[in-house]
Amino acid sequence: MTNHEIPAEDLALYALGTLDPEEQKRIATHVETCASCRTELMKLRGDAALFALSAPPVAAPSRARKRLFEEIVQTAAKDKSAPKLRGSWWSVALPTLVSVALLAFGFWLIAQNGLLRHELDEARFAAAQQQAIIDQARQVMETMSAANAQRVTLVAAQTKPQPQAQTIYQRDKGRLVLVASNLEALPKNKTYELWILPANGGAPIPAGTFQPDARGNASLMMPRIPTGVEAKGFAVTVEPEGGSATPTMPIKMLGTTG
Amino acid sequence: MQVLAIDPKAEPERTSDEHMAHAGALTSSDALSDSTLIARTHARDQAAFSALYDRYSGIVYSVALRVVRDPATAEDLLHEIFMQLWRKPEQFEAARGSLGAWLAVITRNRAIDFIRRQKPQEDPEEVYLASPVDLQSEVERNTAMEKVQAVLKEMPESQRNAIQMAFFEGLTHSDIAAKTGEPLGTIKSRIRSALLAVRKAFE
Repeated sequence: MTNHEIPAEDLALYALGTLDPEEQKRIATHVETCASCRTELMKLRGDAALFALSAPPVAAPSRARKRLFEEIVQTAAKDKSAPKLRGSWWSVALPTLVSVALLAFGFWLIAQNGLLRHELDEARFAAAQQQAIIDQARQVMETMSAANAQRVTLVAAQTKPQPQAQTIYQRDKGRLVLVASNLEALPKNKTYELWILPANGGAPIPAGTFQPDARGNASLMMPRIPTGVEAKGFAVTVEPEGGSATPTMPIKMLGTTG
Repeated sequence: MQVLAIDPKAEPERTSDEHMAHAGALTSSDALSDSTLIARTHARDQAAFSALYDRYSGIVYSVALRVVRDPATAEDLLHEIFMQLWRKPEQFEAARGSLGAWLAVITRNRAIDFIRRQKPQEDPEEVYLASPVDLQSEVERNTAMEKVQAVLKEMPESQRNAIQMAFFEGLTHSDIAAKTGEPLGTIKSRIRSALLAVRKAFE
């Protein structure tokens, strides 16, 4: 897709080679320097290749195969019977070899250039896809942690909303997210603290403190925690501001895995 | 997947008639990928090239015939394109897209050059394309053909005519606008939309 000086329609016509010659040149010049147009051009050519398949299928005549392979066999025979060069071998071979080597190097450079350009396009395409994923992840995080986001917890009708929290935990990466709602307001100098309850029965591991807003909502994103701890559950307690090393009873909220 | 073990050095030279007979044996196993066959063609393996011919000569001939509308000329184009592939198989590499799609585009462009009575305008080495469709097996080729036909059938007639005139007749948008009496912009967007409709059908 193009969103600059080259209309998308012109790029499609360029792919088919059906623009007027001057326009064809103009687009060719632009495409040379525009990676997104080159990528779209490749797609349009792919579309054109598929469109080519709409030609009514007709098998090639068998004589065409015979003719082709006769020529191939003849060419191979000619190559074999080509006269050998006489005289001092190096006086003939050396300049030829040098020319061939230079020519091959030239072709190699051209081929490398094309290949690198193509690889660059692909890398840019991959980077754009990665960026889109990152942008989406960022939007999710922003939405979850936004102070002005409306948070609504649905419960059975006519039930008084209860304090509720959800944790999302990736053990192998040590990543943890908590989203809570309907939390009670805390006395001054107090904070909520989240705890990981290890599956091996070890002591609860502090996983960050958080404060509810005026509407009782809170979130905790990516606290510093150790990686690889298998959790049998999570707990929330009320602690002095700054958090504690061990939980203070009573447990305000508790959830277990599985 | 069955893989044939063909040693190019051990491959005996064949006459063209022997080739005709041998091709059947090779293609019956039809398991070698395009890239393997291209690599073996590069090593002057005529049997591998024969399998490539059997795989794609139908597409090349059909596209050429649809454009030039003359069987003898289409046969010449078929010959020219496969001779070029034999001489320079390295012109095709996987980065250019699928071999079938690449041949279809090269053929169409060469045929258009022919009807415009001009020398080939395009270097096949400059043609890169992105094609989501693999045309290596007959089933895949047939499925793709049916899908494209279905897309064409669903298109409004005016759009179908515009893309066919551009693609198979090589008419410029100005030619088409003059022929149909419709605005240039309309013709342009019809052609692009037609290509995008094909793309969408294969997503």
